[in-house]
Amino acid sequence: MGRLNRFRLGKDGRREQSTLSRRGFLVTSLGAGVMFGFARPASANQIFPLDKALPGDGAFEPTIWCSIAPDGEITVNIIRAEMGQHIGTALARIIADEMEADWSKVRINYVDTDPKWGLMVTGGSWSVWMTWDVFRQAGAATRTALVEEAARLLGTTPDKCTVANGIVTAGTKQISFGDIVAKGHPSHSFTPEEMAKLPLKPASERRLIGNAEIKALDIPAKTNGTAIYGIDVKVEGMVYARPKMPPTRYGSKVRSVDDTDAKKIKGYERYLIIEDPSEVVQGWVVVLAKTYSAAIRAADALKVEWTPGETIHTSEADIQDRGRELIKNKDGGVYIFNDDGVDQAFSGAHTVMEQEYTCASVLHYQLEPTNAVAFEKDGVYEIHAGNQWQSLILPTLAKALQVPESKVILRSYLLGGGFGRRLNGDYMIPAALASKALGGKPVKLILTRSDDMQFDSFRSPSVQRVRMAFDGSDRITGMDYQAAAGWPTGVMAEAFMEKGVDGKPYDQFAIAGGDHWYEVGAFRVRALRNDLAEKTFRPGWLRSVSPGWTSWGVECFLDEVAHRQKKDPAQFRLDLLTAQGRNKGEAPDSVGGALRQAAVVRRLMEKSNWGKTTLPKDTALGLATTAGQERGMPTWIGCVAQVHVDRSTGVVTCQKLTIVVDAGTVVDPDGAKAQTEGAALWGLSMVLFENTEIVNGLPVDRNLNTYTPLRIADTPEMDIEFLPSTEKPMGLGEPGTTVVGPAIGNAIFNAVGVRLRHMPVRPADVLRGLQGS
Amino acid sequence: MTTFRLNGRDVTVDVPDDTPLLWVIRDEVGLTGTKFGCGIGMCGACTIHIGGRATRSCVTPVSAAEGADITTIEGIDPEGNHPVQQAWREIQVPQCGYCQSGQIMQAVSLLKDYPSPTDEEIDAVMAGSLCRCMTYIRIREAIKKAAANARGDASNG
Repeated sequence: MGRLNRFRLGKDGRREQSTLSRRGFLVTSLGAGVMFGFARPASANQIFPLDKALPGDGAFEPTIWCSIAPDGEITVNIIRAEMGQHIGTALARIIADEMEADWSKVRINYVDTDPKWGLMVTGGSWSVWMTWDVFRQAGAATRTALVEEAARLLGTTPDKCTVANGIVTAGTKQISFGDIVAKGHPSHSFTPEEMAKLPLKPASERRLIGNAEIKALDIPAKTNGTAIYGIDVKVEGMVYARPKMPPTRYGSKVRSVDDTDAKKIKGYERYLIIEDPSEVVQGWVVVLAKTYSAAIRAADALKVEWTPGETIHTSEADIQDRGRELIKNKDGGVYIFNDDGVDQAFSGAHTVMEQEYTCASVLHYQLEPTNAVAFEKDGVYEIHAGNQWQSLILPTLAKALQVPESKVILRSYLLGGGFGRRLNGDYMIPAALASKALGGKPVKLILTRSDDMQFDSFRSPSVQRVRMAFDGSDRITGMDYQAAAGWPTGVMAEAFMEKGVDGKPYDQFAIAGGDHWYEVGAFRVRALRNDLAEKTFRPGWLRSVSPGWTSWGVECFLDEVAHRQKKDPAQFRLDLLTAQGRNKGEAPDSVGGALRQAAVVRRLMEKSNWGKTTLPKDTALGLATTAGQERGMPTWIGCVAQVHVDRSTGVVTCQKLTIVVDAGTVVDPDGAKAQTEGAALWGLSMVLFENTEIVNGLPVDRNLNTYTPLRIADTPEMDIEFLPSTEKPMGLGEPGTTVVGPAIGNAIFNAVGVRLRHMPVRPADVLRGLQGS
Repeated sequence: MTTFRLNGRDVTVDVPDDTPLLWVIRDEVGLTGTKFGCGIGMCGACTIHIGGRATRSCVTPVSAAEGADITTIEGIDPEGNHPVQQAWREIQVPQCGYCQSGQIMQAVSLLKDYPSPTDEEIDAVMAGSLCRCMTYIRIREAIKKAAANARGDASNG
């Protein structure tokens, strides 16, 4: 029912027109029966393909994850957010393959929040990995129940039946899944224990998993304007809103508001000072107007005076200095590894190498600015917005609204980019509180781009200190890796933090990647939480989280060591990827351990003609490899970047990226490639094209006039290969990001001998290095 | 009151003259395929055709549209089967899809000017269209595919 309330654009075009007329829109020459654009069935906006609807009565629901209707249509419920990964299509393949469904009958349904779904989160490259076992078991349960009922209808026994492509066959008799549901009463339900024991198809019999011919179900709607994102939501009677942002993320207090000039804007209605009991939104004023363009202008015209928070003068350099101070202090922090003998390795070392690597703040700039529509109906607050972590923000919304969690429901939409920004649902709170202040009236709040960037939940700047101890024969005897940054999970999802070897909680997304798979003797990894960063802004998870920057330190450092030892950097890595001890891997997630990373590096060397190319002057290859996102879910990946450095300008051009991936079983080959293309180009963008800087407590960049992500002309040739595997599927949304930065840094060194230790690489830094060399 | 032709139909709206056309199309007319990205004409998500030329609707005041012939993503083909849209689906270009209406509108315009575009021509014309998912490799490929399809050149794909 809720879905029907969502859109003013109903099946009935006349209703739309009458609504529009009231808003001053006149259709002066109505072509009879001609619709504007496309008819959008109101109940089917988050179901793909778009022309499908939810199943009618009589559907068989063997589990909460899918249903089979009497007409044979299969609906798969997707609790993950669609933000470009075509995740519904990938997950539906898993359940449909195991079920032996006819793929042409499968539709996907992106569901709204409900406690029955469990943890609703889309991030960490987890979706396929998290869903793999659940959906295969659900598919097997469905197949088992359908075959049992088919056997009864066909007058035989299940063991005499075969099933393929949505048809159960026994001898010369056949029955389709739809007819089984229409004519029979499949009702077998399974306990989780029974589900776990059901036989699953061997990899050799899969025909949807790994099938490169299947197209993403959400793509057609994204080519004709019919795809509906959060920003497209329309609700009858809604008012538009834009926030007026305070000068600091935290602690700003409104002193006075003067709307004399705002009142001159046609369509301006009023302003609200937002008081947020959840304390996420501090010092915001929301401007309400009849149209969004009026809200934009009225917010500009509104005069607000604040008493700013304490970080009004904090700079990026202050935050990085605080990180250095934390690293220098032996107390504090959390140990992820702290092997016996680290201190002895360093005190007894023949040589010690130490370097510092730094990475700048990076903004999400997801193309759809954050927005939400909120209203109250029958005591329930409905929040309509694209979001990646509904389970995280829903309790915060309940606290903000001061209602029980059962009185808040989040409706799902497509996301105009996630990249981690929408893991933080903070943007829903001012919409919800504005609606509450107006007695539950629908409020559509949109942040302009500059609003969105000012309070982005961005990637914290970071400092890494990397040290290695060597004995008299240059053998590595110990490694000490430390990193300081703001902790997104610490700020926003404390319960999700992991425990270090010292039992203390730490943010795995602010250190992962430092805990690499190389054999380095006694190993210490310490994570430091930058308190000044967290006071200044709300650190966010950004595509590839910490491996997007820890890899810059680890992989550039290893290259430095290889060069110092006059070893080939690729062979040097292979010699350390021995899969001993903690690096041997374990079933089911990291079978083979570091040997799989070594296999990736070997294939990469072959593919890129490593060590065998003759390239023009100031042009060279550089290599980097990582285990993707987390040790518990390794996607083994390597990249060789070919760069050219212009000695006169310092400009670095990436000419080619060669990437090899072992992600276990690849469920969606084309989607996997697309994710790796996009992720790798994010890596390239962050090393050569984009970063921001905190000035006076806020990121200095507020739009594309100064913030310059990679564009089409900067896109190099790419060659991506997935190693064949039947191991459990790992993630693919982010690993591609992790390897490109250090591959570029290492290639620059190979091209012109300049070692850069700050990301991004700026032409001025290259020139300075060239002058110094 | 401003009157213009939108996707083949005359429309008249009563909004302040300096209202960006983007918001008129999205919120007054109700066609939401045209997207808001940067608001300063630098991301291309709001690209529409005015008189057949790709135009950033977020920085175009509605008054400038008086009497103009405007096409949005919803209007380039009644069935959504413009050769560029077909190529976009064949190559599986969109990821999140948010920029893709603008990319497609820009590409349609590009192919009018350069029926057989080179990589350099594609890069130059598409430079103003940001794709944050970074689908650029596929955008290049799909534009060439659409060009080949339009020429009836089945082998080039």
